Amino acid sequence: MKAKKSKKNNVKASTLKQVLHYVKSYRLLLALSIIFSTVSVALTLYIPIIIGKAIDLIIGKDNVMLDAVLELLVNAGIIALIIGILQWIINNINNKITYNVIKKVRDEAFEKIEKLPLKYIDSNSYGETVNKVINDVDQFADGLLMGFTQFFTGIVTILGTLVFMLTISIKITAIVVVLTPLSLFVASFIAKNTYKLFHTQSKTRAEQTALIDEMISNQKVVKAFAHEDEAMEEFDEINNRLQKCSVKAIFFSSLVNPTTRFINSLVYTAVALFGAFIVINNGEAVLSIGALSCILSYATQYAKPFNEISGIISELQNALACASRIFEFINEDSEIPEKSDAIVLNDAQGNIDIENVSFSYTEEQRLIENFNLKAKKGQRIAIVGPTGCGKTTFINLLMRFYDVNSGSISVDGNDIRDMTRNSLRKSYGMVLQDTWIRNGTVKENIAIGMPDATNEEIIAAAKSSHAHSFIKRLPNGYDTVLTENGSILSQGQKQLLCIARIMLCLPPMLILDEATSSIDTRTEIKIQEAFAKLMKGRTSFIVAHRLSTIREADLILVMNNGQIIEQGTHDSLLDKKGFYYKLYNSQFESI
Amino acid sequence: MKKLLVHMKGYTKECIISPLFKLLEACFELLVPFLVANIVDIGIANHDKPYVVRMCIIMAIFGFVGLTCSLIAQYFAAKAAVGFSTKVKHSLFAHIQTLSYSEIDTLGTSTLITRMTSDMNQIQNGVNLTLRLFMRSPFIVFGAMAMAFIVDKNAAYVFAVTIPILSLVVFGIMLSTIPLYKKVQGKLDRVLGITRENLQGVRVIRAFGQEKEEEEKFKSATKELNVAQKFVGKISALMNPMTYAILNIAISVLIWKGAIRVNMGDLTQGEVIALYNLMSQILVELIKLANLIISITKAVACGNRVQSVFEIKSSLKGADTVPEEVETPYSVEFNDATLKYVTSNEPSLENIDFKIKKGQTVGIIGGTGSGKTSLVNLISRFYDVTDGEVKVNGINVKDYPLDTLREKIGVVPQKAVLFRGSIKDNMKWGNKNASDEDILKAIEQAQATDVLASKPDGLDSYIEQGGKNLSGGQRQRFTIARALVKKPEILILDDSASALDFATDAALRSSISKIDHSPTVFIVSQRTASIMHSDVIIVLDDGKIAGIGKHEELLEGCIVYSEIYNSQFRKENV
Repeated sequence: MKAKKSKKNNVKASTLKQVLHYVKSYRLLLALSIIFSTVSVALTLYIPIIIGKAIDLIIGKDNVMLDAVLELLVNAGIIALIIGILQWIINNINNKITYNVIKKVRDEAFEKIEKLPLKYIDSNSYGETVNKVINDVDQFADGLLMGFTQFFTGIVTILGTLVFMLTISIKITAIVVVLTPLSLFVASFIAKNTYKLFHTQSKTRAEQTALIDEMISNQKVVKAFAHEDEAMEEFDEINNRLQKCSVKAIFFSSLVNPTTRFINSLVYTAVALFGAFIVINNGEAVLSIGALSCILSYATQYAKPFNEISGIISELQNALACASRIFEFINEDSEIPEKSDAIVLNDAQGNIDIENVSFSYTEEQRLIENFNLKAKKGQRIAIVGPTGCGKTTFINLLMRFYDVNSGSISVDGNDIRDMTRNSLRKSYGMVLQDTWIRNGTVKENIAIGMPDATNEEIIAAAKSSHAHSFIKRLPNGYDTVLTENGSILSQGQKQLLCIARIMLCLPPMLILDEATSSIDTRTEIKIQEAFAKLMKGRTSFIVAHRLSTIREADLILVMNNGQIIEQGTHDSLLDKKGFYYKLYNSQFESI
Repeated sequence: MKKLLVHMKGYTKECIISPLFKLLEACFELLVPFLVANIVDIGIANHDKPYVVRMCIIMAIFGFVGLTCSLIAQYFAAKAAVGFSTKVKHSLFAHIQTLSYSEIDTLGTSTLITRMTSDMNQIQNGVNLTLRLFMRSPFIVFGAMAMAFIVDKNAAYVFAVTIPILSLVVFGIMLSTIPLYKKVQGKLDRVLGITRENLQGVRVIRAFGQEKEEEEKFKSATKELNVAQKFVGKISALMNPMTYAILNIAISVLIWKGAIRVNMGDLTQGEVIALYNLMSQILVELIKLANLIISITKAVACGNRVQSVFEIKSSLKGADTVPEEVETPYSVEFNDATLKYVTSNEPSLENIDFKIKKGQTVGIIGGTGSGKTSLVNLISRFYDVTDGEVKVNGINVKDYPLDTLREKIGVVPQKAVLFRGSIKDNMKWGNKNASDEDILKAIEQAQATDVLASKPDGLDSYIEQGGKNLSGGQRQRFTIARALVKKPEILILDDSASALDFATDAALRSSISKIDHSPTVFIVSQRTASIMHSDVIIVLDDGKIAGIGKHEELLEGCIVYSEIYNSQFRKENV
């Protein structure tokens, strides 16, 4: 238990240290903000004293020292103005620090995204990571920096009020000091007890959102199976549970304000009572009416930061939690750094040598073992096998999205671990089955590998991938903006765009993973012709279901369960009458 | 928004009690400065200790009564707001269930989800705040002014001037920052968009070596966000300092006026203190009011969006009674059917005409966008034909209650979707009362037995949302099994074997042909191999039937078909 706590504290300490690291470059501004805040708080507290003095001079008919009152009030007005200006400056300084820190943290988080091993990205949900970069950063900066300044002015206000009150009356100060913490206790008592209610509420709400998300995004399936009534039943059950816990959570949390207000009014009453008694017993020399009114206004001011601080503390804690999440992300291990003398792969020949490679995603489940392959320049290698046989994993290794566990992969005689990742990957033209279209124009999408390509080059690439004709028909042609992963395009059109990307860059090696699976057959024939031209002299790896595309390969790898079980040309494999033979003939089997 | 308020029915009592008690609380709060004035003017002036005690007791009692009132108000407000939103959510969900494919296409599912979740939360919050604060805040602001007038008309003019000035500042700043905050949100959305995009497209981005460019892009987006944030920050940073300065200057003026009046004998010292206290109360409530108005505008905007969903009525209505059965050899008939989607100008299907006998297997083939899915969607009446008619078992699909019609048909959609829950739960979508044997049999027919065997808990194995913990091929086989559990009269496989390898695909087709009750089967596919052995093959080209018949006939007489076939079985015809 103790160890656990100290570990928690360690995390907190290291988080704080990292926070300081970000704030460090703003230390001058921060100091200025703190000084100004102190001055502003002191002046704020001074105003009631001036007003109190003025009230003391207003005694009764023909008993008002108008000149003196005027002077005091003018002073009060001027001080109020100065406070206003100071506060505005403080606000601006704090905004600047906060927003700049937000930017810096976000930029660093994004840099991390670009460097993370694929393993991290594949095994963590995108939503979670996005949430860290967006919401956690916001909450961390808002909560921690704003929270800190609020916390600081709160403390200064409390101390200042205390000092000012003491100069007026020790007894009354004692009353205020003893009674005020009561509201704090009540507030924290309520907060503690509502926490659970809120937790249940947010859990139930998440449950409901998940159900809504699932049912509504698949409304068509729901309708096809006439599942509406069941869905409704399930929804109502959660909805009613949510109603019950929401009413409770909202009601109990709304208790904080009225109860603290009530306790404050009790404090106020006590101050009024004792203050009045002191005036009556000892005369105005000890406590003037103005001083009483001043101390009354202090009594409310003194309680305010107490009430706020409990809120601020929970916000600070939340901010710290967010900060530790985001820092954990930023401190996540990047891809293994490249060697300082890493080779830049230029104009690769495409002789690929895979030796004794073993790989698995997790220790428990072995996947690829003792994989050997020699691919010579210009060879066409087709990979076939049932779903889940390890084809995608193979591509992950070729592109060095994942590193092999043992063995080696080399290109043109150099181990790919000795090359810069960037140059290795750029040497491959990769088209995946899962098309990815970015937010941006069609042009930007095609030019992703070569951002400075000219319009002519882009159009030529689109023509050779047979995407030109459909792009022309889009509302704004090549300048049509594609959003939400290209939702205005069909799956086949998206694949054509992805093919256009590599037609533009013309890299020396190719990886085509089901690149034409959604393209209609007639267009596909044309693309195959274009591919055939492209593949001349280029080493290429082709994953396909359609055996007609595979037939012409120089080498066919038949994979199953992460192993290459057969390899050879189409004819030699058919002669073998093995797995490939069965796979090929199933295409023609009658039903 | 107005029409949503119907759902408030049943909460009338709460809606009256809550603001009423808030008002009471405010009254007690407004009276406190007067009690203090009395303590100064009467208690202290006359050295009357019992009077002071009495006043203080009254103050404490006021505080307590105020607390009670407030609690009552909060409780009823919470009850009404949550009750209201629960009811609206229920009807909204029910309403969405009635919408047809056409409406869902036009609205988009992501909009519907936002309406149901974040919009509804805003509305609930808005209602709750309105009930609690809408009466209280203006009442305190104007109540304080009224009280000031009761105390002293002359001095109270300061209130009459200060309140409009403060309102101007508070509302002015808030209103001018709303559009700016929207802009900031837009910039933040872009930052979010780039982040998400980079995660989803990580392979492509790294394959093209674009990491540096992406970083630049991201930094320019965060820079823009940063500038926008600072700009709006500068304006909203004015609020507190300005209101503070104005209020305190007003207090100075007020006391100066008071001083003159006291000197003339028209006012007492205690009354000056009372005026001073009243003035201090205004600001807090004014800011609360401004915040409240923003929440309410937001809630109303959300309310209008939700209402607009309610206003969309389903264009598809099933018949009320089950039609009498007709003696007919045909399972599905299309009579000159044409379909034009609301969202497009060109018809997606034109003059489709064919008859399919019970128990036949029908292959539908054609290029991308040729209308294959549209055609099968008409059988289940997911869309209505624009022209012509579609008959199932000799009866127009429009004459069936929707449930009756869809019970006859098992659909395996293109996108293989499974739902959170056990495999068994998912299979029971097909038939609530299916036994374990029924389910296992369907899974076997769908060639998914080996998938099931690889799962630790068999039928009770958990499937994550969207079936994320299964591969594409595994998902497809389970969705096929789900349709088979239904034992449908008509089975529609809409390109649902695309992720299966040829061997599994062939085994699947063979097992479907052996199903006992021999359903009519529609197989939509891009692969000739999947449909070439069908009893009837319909070849679609650009929404029209390009050919219909058996494999050999089409190979002879239909150019589109032979082209497709040859592209897939080039040279080596078996």
